Amino acid sequence: MQEFKHYQAAHCENGVTVGLLKQAGLEQITEPLAFGIGSGLFYIEIPFLKLQSGPAISFRTFPGNIFKRTCKAFDVKLVTKKYRNEEKAMYELDALLEQGISVGCQVGVFHLSYYPKEYRFHFNAHNLIVFGREGNDYLVSDPIMEETTTLSRQAMRKVRFAKGVLAPKGHIYYPVSIGEVTREKLEAAIRKGIKRNCRDMLRIPGGVAGAKGINYTAKNIRKWKEKLGDRKAALYLGQIVRMQEEIGTGGGGFRYLYGAFLEEAAAITGKDELLIVSEKITRAGDMWRDSAVQMAGIYKGRLSSQADYDHCAAILNEISAVEKDAFMQLDKIKI
Amino acid sequence: MKKSEIPQDESALKGWTREVCYAKNEKGKYERGLSTGWSVKKAALDGAWDEANRKVEEALELVRSGKASPIYYFMELKLMDPGVLAHYTGFWKWRVKRHFHPLRFKKLSDRVLQKYADVFEMSVEQLKNFK
Repeated sequence: MQEFKHYQAAHCENGVTVGLLKQAGLEQITEPLAFGIGSGLFYIEIPFLKLQSGPAISFRTFPGNIFKRTCKAFDVKLVTKKYRNEEKAMYELDALLEQGISVGCQVGVFHLSYYPKEYRFHFNAHNLIVFGREGNDYLVSDPIMEETTTLSRQAMRKVRFAKGVLAPKGHIYYPVSIGEVTREKLEAAIRKGIKRNCRDMLRIPGGVAGAKGINYTAKNIRKWKEKLGDRKAALYLGQIVRMQEEIGTGGGGFRYLYGAFLEEAAAITGKDELLIVSEKITRAGDMWRDSAVQMAGIYKGRLSSQADYDHCAAILNEISAVEKDAFMQLDKIKI
Repeated sequence: MKKSEIPQDESALKGWTREVCYAKNEKGKYERGLSTGWSVKKAALDGAWDEANRKVEEALELVRSGKASPIYYFMELKLMDPGVLAHYTGFWKWRVKRHFHPLRFKKLSDRVLQKYADVFEMSVEQLKNFK
């Protein structure tokens, strides 16, 4: 096994995917490609469910999907394991590292000691790569960081066995072999990634997911001031902005990242129409940023009238239309 | 977003790392850039912490006025909810909720208290004598 090369990414799952696949020999892979091939772009507000007592909103597909789909597209053979026994989980990680294998790990961030305190919530779907061990310290490549870092054995055990929603249960994964990567295969992977993303954004029944889901949130926002009161309504808006912009989205709720993917896809496939869609998605990203600025006006306490909430909702309605239009166009392009 | 417009505001990332953003260069092509933070999202994160701290204060008041047990306070302090705390201790959620009651808390065995103390990273004595 060659030495592990750290790859910084906007999002942890993309970063781990790229880091592990590059090491396995897939040189062409980049973060936007992994994100697009894994059909990462999404929107959903899950009704009735609350996260950290705010709306349960996501701008991306479910955790694990991007990695799984990208590996499948390139015929990557994977080993994935979860554990009941903590001792065994630590022992097997050590054994893999001894053999020079870099291992992807799902962890909880609450006990992740190298994280700033401000980011340490009970969030269990973070991913990192462990690429070695020096005495009591694991060598860690955390994709959202500029440099590699270390984690003590004790802390590693805690983060691998964090509890709560999406508990990692010591989850590890690593590629063992990869098929030959031909141009056709790369194009097929891009095609499939795009088709699946069009399905997710346009054709999920019910009104809470995909481009339509953005309107659902808009509808809710109009009611928040009256229903929840100013303090709570402001917190809810803050939660949207955090889901949209906090570490890992690359800005604009992953929309810029998807724009970058379509640009790379156009270069690989020679389909220039993809660039037009890329422009539209970029515009959607810009509008998401605008809506965040407007929402910040409310949660910073500068604005608080119903008209301000309506304004936020109106931007979201526009975004929904832009994204719907972009994906309708994307759906028609033959790759 | 243009690459030159990537915000470079001070944030919790300071002294730790910069984060990757995707933005357009002068030629209109996507490139990666690094950001130190954005005031808009910093305010959102600060708001979430204010709320968390408010709940901790509220819990402390409840414990001091004898309306809740220290377990309730430390749950809030560790940013948990009953579901997460139940998962960490291995108790059922309904049982965890019962332990929020100050009188039931007084009757808990050391064995049960030890579980909570481990999760909260403290000793049983500290948990019992919390005022």
